[in-house]
Amino acid sequence: MLSKLKNYKFWFVFTPYFWLVAFFFIPLAIILKISFSVSEWGMPPYKDILEINNSGDFILNITSGNYAFIFSDFFYLKSYLNSLSLAFTSTLICLIIGYPIAFYVAKSKPKIRNLLLILLIIPFWTSFLLRVYAWKVLLQGNGILNLMLIKLGFISEPLSLLYNHYAVILGVVYTYLPFMILPLYGYLVKFDLRLIDAANDLGSRKINTFFKVILPLSLPGIIAGCMLVFIPVVGEFVIPELLGGSDKLYFGKIIWDEFFVNRDWPVASALAMSGILFLIVPIVIFQMSYSKYNFKNE
Amino acid sequence: MKDSFLYIENVSKSFDDVKALDNVSLAINKSELFSLLGSSGCGKSTLLRIIAGFEKPDSGKIFLDGEDITDLPAYKRPLNIMFQSYALFPHLNVSNNIAFGLKEDRLDKKEIENRTSEIINLLELNGLEKRKIDEISGGQQQRVALARCLVKKPKLLLLDEPLAALDKKLRIQTQFELVNLQYKLGITFIIVTHDQEEAMSLSDRMAIMQEGSILQIGNPVEVYEKPNNEYIAKFIGTANIINIQKHQTKNNFFLSSELGIEIESSENKLSSKCLIRPEKINITKSTMDKKINQENSCKGIVKEVAYLGSYTKYLIQSKSYQFYVFQTNNFISENLNIKWDDVVDCSWNKEAIFLL
Repeated sequence: MLSKLKNYKFWFVFTPYFWLVAFFFIPLAIILKISFSVSEWGMPPYKDILEINNSGDFILNITSGNYAFIFSDFFYLKSYLNSLSLAFTSTLICLIIGYPIAFYVAKSKPKIRNLLLILLIIPFWTSFLLRVYAWKVLLQGNGILNLMLIKLGFISEPLSLLYNHYAVILGVVYTYLPFMILPLYGYLVKFDLRLIDAANDLGSRKINTFFKVILPLSLPGIIAGCMLVFIPVVGEFVIPELLGGSDKLYFGKIIWDEFFVNRDWPVASALAMSGILFLIVPIVIFQMSYSKYNFKNE
Repeated sequence: MKDSFLYIENVSKSFDDVKALDNVSLAINKSELFSLLGSSGCGKSTLLRIIAGFEKPDSGKIFLDGEDITDLPAYKRPLNIMFQSYALFPHLNVSNNIAFGLKEDRLDKKEIENRTSEIINLLELNGLEKRKIDEISGGQQQRVALARCLVKKPKLLLLDEPLAALDKKLRIQTQFELVNLQYKLGITFIIVTHDQEEAMSLSDRMAIMQEGSILQIGNPVEVYEKPNNEYIAKFIGTANIINIQKHQTKNNFFLSSELGIEIESSENKLSSKCLIRPEKINITKSTMDKKINQENSCKGIVKEVAYLGSYTKYLIQSKSYQFYVFQTNNFISENLNIKWDDVVDCSWNKEAIFLL
């Protein structure tokens, strides 16, 4: 064992596992624990699961009431469905915008390609919050967009572009577009252009070539990109907070409110755990069936 | 020329100021197995891509079976191309790869099935129909690529380095299969290759290309025995090129200062260089006292010997000139006794001399 610890390879292998345990599994376990505990006034605002009272008896403070509560109130389910629909819409828009961009970047000459990739990545160098705030400035009543539309004579009164779910979709698409483009690019750059020539030679028009050859072969990239956009957007809280209005409530914002406004940590944790479960189950089923499909391939 | 099956008329093509094809004209007959031979960058692949319709020529025209196909898009051309990398679709299995082109032509299901299974039988791919492309061997992939083209019954089949990806033993076997298949189906084949042996053994006729131009068109015998210039002579097989001057008085006679001998040719042409192929020179171990002073013969020292089984390669030095001699090992006899640093008598017929 001692010799193992001295072996630097061991540490290389061990570090990611340590990271995963310390910063993913332990926090997750804590949230799981809180979701089953009873809330109370205090710091922290919940009772410990295992307590020893004055007479030395063990008391188990476990409740499934938090879960029962969130499932009994349609309000929570609705916010979750809102988040799903936001994630679905913005993922679709990201895909439609991102695919041609990724294809174009992947097929340009190496010199230009690197420049375009840098252009894609540069926005990451600014704070995400600042970039979302910038949209606030652009979209507000006396913002550039409204002023331009008025100057050009399309409208006489400024439009209320902010604080509705369209602004949220815009913000989400803007923020998450690179997460769609980069994995797509990763697959498309490896794409053998001779396959396009081959399909063309065998009598395939351009549209057919796209649907029968290019699209199926970039499917793994599409799936990776969609996952990278869809999953975080379901829990997205900052963008709805900054750009959204009261027309739609989103799941991430509800969790935030439960944690910090209502200070009901157990309910907030139960919401978080249910959200994860609702996302993980369909994804695992999908992954399994997809890998099976990949394995058999017709 | 325009009544040839495929006629390429004054085709030129440049990429970023680099001339890939310079006014190339070429006529290919029906059912011919024709090779485009040249080292990399000679323009042979560009010519193939222009015939296939992937590139547009800057100028010139292409006629196939009497029809001007210069402006016809690739998917409408009645010809198919087999790529060097095969370019098989990795997401489709073997039979779907083969049926791809037929489905694109919207043939009815029954016919697609019949033609696919027919070609699978012809190319002995039975049992592999449901396999993925990465689950079959390189030789099988090559046959799938061939099947995918042939199932469309093209007027013309273009093959880009069809054997380059195969190992040597399989390559020779496949060479014969390809020739047999071409003979059986009667489809015109155009093969692009950089391998001169491959071109020699496959082709009815071949064109040798260099820097975007065709240097010579002919059958393998013509190209080997009567090359148009020194480049071709050296490109096809091994060549001994000797600098010569015309003899002042004697017809058909030349002088070689390098060898210090007279060379007699069967022709009487003014030229400064002649070609003699290594297998056309005879060598025997020299009997030291016998002095030769004849035309078309010289004494030399063996510099290198390479025994290759069916024949032996010798590098001979005679005065300031070095040349190769190939001797077939018909008998395990005195030739085998020729070793390094031996002195040998070399001689050849006047018919062996080809004036460049």
